[in-house]
Parts: sequence; C-alpha cells; structure tokens
Amino acid sequence: METLLHQIFSGLAAGGIYGSLALALVMIFQATHLVNFAQGELAMCSTYLAWSLIHAGCPYWLAFVATVGISFVAGAAIERCVIRPVEDKPALSVVLVFIGLMLILNSVAGWIFGYTVKPFPSPFPDHPLFGNTYVGNHELGIIAVMALTVVLLYLFFRYTSLGLAMRAAAVNPESSRLVGIRVGRMLALGWGLAAALGAVAGMMIAPMVFLDPNMMSGVLLYAFAAALLGGIDSPGGAVIGGFLVGVVENVMGAYVIGTELKLTVALALIVGVLVVRPSGLFGKVLVTRV
Amino acid sequence: MQSENSSALATLAHPQRTARLVLLALIVFACVGPFLLSDYRVFQLTLVIVHAIALLGLNLLTGYGGQISLGHGAFYAIGAYTAAILIEHFHVAYWITVPCAGMVCLGAGFLFGLPASRLENLYLALATFALGVSLPQILKYRHVEHWTGGVQGITLTKPEAPFGLPLSPDQWLYFFCLAVMGLLFAGAWNLLRGHAGRAIVAIRDRPIAAAATGIDVARYKSLTFGVSAMYTGIAGALGAIAVQFVGPDSFSFFLSLSLLVGIVVGGLSTISGAVYGALFIQFVPNLAGDISKAAPLAIYGVLLIAVVYAMPSGIAGAIDKLARRLGGFGRSTPPASVSKHRPSQPGRNHA
Repeated sequence: METLLHQIFSGLAAGGIYGSLALALVMIFQATHLVNFAQGELAMCSTYLAWSLIHAGCPYWLAFVATVGISFVAGAAIERCVIRPVEDKPALSVVLVFIGLMLILNSVAGWIFGYTVKPFPSPFPDHPLFGNTYVGNHELGIIAVMALTVVLLYLFFRYTSLGLAMRAAAVNPESSRLVGIRVGRMLALGWGLAAALGAVAGMMIAPMVFLDPNMMSGVLLYAFAAALLGGIDSPGGAVIGGFLVGVVENVMGAYVIGTELKLTVALALIVGVLVVRPSGLFGKVLVTRV
Repeated sequence: MQSENSSALATLAHPQRTARLVLLALIVFACVGPFLLSDYRVFQLTLVIVHAIALLGLNLLTGYGGQISLGHGAFYAIGAYTAAILIEHFHVAYWITVPCAGMVCLGAGFLFGLPASRLENLYLALATFALGVSLPQILKYRHVEHWTGGVQGITLTKPEAPFGLPLSPDQWLYFFCLAVMGLLFAGAWNLLRGHAGRAIVAIRDRPIAAAATGIDVARYKSLTFGVSAMYTGIAGALGAIAVQFVGPDSFSFFLSLSLLVGIVVGGLSTISGAVYGALFIQFVPNLAGDISKAAPLAIYGVLLIAVVYAMPSGIAGAIDKLARRLGGFGRSTPPASVSKHRPSQPGRNHA
C-alpha cells in the first residue's frame, strides 16, 4: 500500500510536468491549430540556460525568474521569425518547420553544452517536511509550483483584458481584428507564454531526469498523450490529462509492464485516445463543415 | 505547396528529353559503377538504393498521399527484423525474406492506417511520432528478446553470388538491390499514373471532392499506408542483409527523421526525388558527423526549414526547373501547376 501511494505521488509530480507542457501545447494549438513538436526542445534549452546561470553563481530563484523571462522573449521571437512565414501553408510544411526547429535546438544545445549528462539542483530542502515518507520534497514542490502556475494562468486568461484579448484572437481572429486587437501580437504573446511555461516545466523535471539534450523526448511524448487525453483544445483537460498520464505511467511501470516499456504506454495512450475518442475527455467534438 | 506537388505527377507522365538523358546516364552508371569502385563504395551505393526504396515508400504516403508520418523508421525496423528473424531462426534463404518482410509491413501498415485514416494530418503526425520514438524500446523488451536478440540484436552473414557469377558478395548484393529497386520504382510509377494514383492525389488535395466522385477515402488512405509501409519494410529487409546486423539502436527516432528529411530534400511527390534524397541522407550526415556529433542534426534542421521556405519541391524540383530552362523551351519556369497540365488530362481522371 505504501509503495502504491508512493507511486501515485511520483505519478502526480511527473503528471504536473506533463500537464504543464501539455498546457503549453494546448495554448499554441488553440491559437493556431498547430501542434508544436519543438515544445520539448524549447524547454530543454531554457533548462540549459538556467543551469548556466546557476553555474555562474546566480542564486536559484533569480536564475529561475531570469530563465522564464528570457524564454518568454525567445518564444515570441521564434513565432515572429520562424513560424509566421508558414502560418497559412499546409499542415505538412508547418510540421516540417517544427521538426526542423526541434533538430536545430537539440543540436545547438549539444554543440554548446555537450552530450554528457549533468545534474540539476532542486530548490527544495532535502530533509522531509512534516515527517512524511510517502513523497519527496522535490515532488511536493513540483506539484505546488505547477498548481501555482496553472492558477496564475487561469487568473490571467479569465480576469485581465490582455488575457481576454488573447482568447478572442484565438477563437475568432477576424472579429478580434475588427475590434482593434493586434492578432499577430497576441499569437507571439501566446508563444512566449508557452515557452515560459515550458521553461518552468523543464527546470522542475531536470533534477529528476537530469540534464542532457535529449531529456525532453520522453517527456514531450507524455505531454502529447496528456494533451490528447484531455482534449487538445481544452486547457483544463490538459492539466487533468497530465496528472492522469503521470499516475498511469508510474503505476503501470511499477506493477504491470516494468520500466522498459514506459514510452510504449504513451504510444498506446495516444493511439487509444485517437481511435476511441479523438476529441479527448474534455475537448470539443470537431465537425467539419462541407 | 500542394499545387506544386500535383504538378510533379504531370511532369512524370511526360518526361522531358533532358530528364530522360540524365536518367539514362544514371542507369549506365548504376550498372557499370560497381566494377570501377572499391567494395566499400559499392556497399555505400547499396545503402543508397535501400534508402531510395524506403524514401519512395514514405513519399507515396506523405508526398502523394499528404499523410504525415514521423515514424516510418518503425516500418523499416519491422522489415529488417522480419528478415533477420526469418534468416536466424528459420534459416530461410535471404532473397525469400524480402517479399516476406514486404508482406508483413503491408499488413502492419494497413492495420496502423485503419485508425490513421480517420485522423487529421496533425493527429497522424502525433501518432506516428509516438510510434517512431517508442519502437526501440519495444524491440529491447525482454519478453521478445528471444526473437529480437534484445540490445545485442542479430548478426547475419553476407550472401555469396549464386550460379558462380564472377561477382564479389558486395557487388552481387548491389545488383540484387538494384533489381528490387527497379521493380519497385516501376511499380510505383505504374500505380501513380493509374486510377489509384490519381485517387491518392485527389484525396490529398480535395478530400471532400474526392469522396463526392465515389472514391472510398478511408480505404484508399489505409491502402496507401500499407503500400508505403511495404516499400519501407522491403528496404528494411534489404538494409538488414546489406549491413548484416539489426539492433534496436540502429532504428532510433533519428532514422525516421532521416527518412522525412530525405523526401523533403529530395523532392516531395516526385519519384526521382527518392534517389536524390537517398544520396543526401547516405553521404551528408557522415561528412557532417566528422565536424561534430551535433552537426548532422543541425544540417537536417536548417535544411528542413530552408527547403520549406525556399524550395518546396526539393532537389528533384530544382533539377526539373534547370532542365526546363536548359531544354530551350523558351518560356520562363511556370510556377503554378495549371500551365503544365495538358488539356487532355482532366478527362483521363477516373473515367
């Protein structure tokens, strides 16, 4: 029982990461109907940035804030320079550009930082809080940080006029343009937010998976599974999907199939959701108008 | 990009004289070359042929069919493992394993294509991405280790030339692969200029109109997936025999990426593009790998974006343009497909 609880808590922690990365995917999907294959590599690059800052003697939380800020700017810049030109091309071109971006980011990180695995510090204290033994502090910390981020994002989109403008630009670009919203700017802003969210996720998961240029490939796959499970156009669904995927992954890994087939769980989830219920648990059912 | 894609079909049906000459020169080189080169170079050329077959398979699906596959390395791996397991555990002659691998992959591709045919492009890209990333893990799984050899993989021996032909094993294998490639390319060419090919392209360009003209969209999509997987699987089997080894780490996600980069750089929706793409993915990453471990990925990434921006029809398109300009047709290169279609063509569609 104790190990099961432990597995569930680790699953929730990992799920928080998947959920926030899935949320980043959903944010870009809602605005542009594109799935950003480079999301994981963006997060990886942000984590390397944080590592360099910490290595240069910067205190953790200062490095954290700086990384989130720089990632935001970088995300918006990538939208402007790389994605904008192919925005209204067919899906294949856009996917190719995303894959290209993913490869470039991966190789740049490998080039600069090398392929040796690096440890990444956790900001949370080592000794257990409240005498609990079920769950590590880092895992609790992840869940707290992720919950805080999601709440902040919710408040931003629900209660600020900028958030409203971004939602409007995503739902109906033409009408938003007519009421004076700069849709292009909103898209860049969305990319920036997604990149910042990815940066937080990357810095949170790095102490668990360690830092190397390919650290995100598995995580991204789970984020895809989470986004699809929750419904790719539903932000709330992405978060819930993330937690579900995290728990399923850990419990299945511990009791059913072993750790060797963990990625295959993601494959089965993705194919399963797409076959049984392509709109996910909370997504809108897509009706094509002829 | 789509309109330019469909034009490739028209160009194929009416090859220019220059293109024909280039093709002839290529065929002559392909037949004479192995006698002039070292065994290692011949081996490399064999791999080019293998890649060309795999790329043609992916191009059928992604270029002509418009279905994005980011995990075609998986079908290559299935073909390779089918051949290796048949040879290792059942002592089947190597040349029989090639059609067997094709059949297995046809089935696997068709089955994967059944649900895939209901999905939109992006979802299909996601599903195949997952397939490509997770396959090495499945191959290493301990319950199938008895068959797949686990992390160690399976080592094969190189076949000798039969009938006492005066060829080295490398030369023989080269000609064997060349013959298979000739057959498969002719098959693809026939498929694409016939009813099925036009249906596949119609589904890519105008799915609703295609359905309205009586094309069974779902069936054609999963069939395309099956045939595409079959080509890639045959390539996998040939590759396994040529390299004499299969192991889970030879079929990482990088292979799927290489195939994707190959068709894009070679030229989407062109048959000749498969050959250019194969030359590219055989030689460029090796050269770049000398500079740095990261360089092949960087080159792949930069080229993918550059081709999408600047040269959507890839090397095949560029050569086609060049040939047109040199061929003295007098007119500037027509960018849109409309001007290249012969007036008789629409009437030949799905009579």
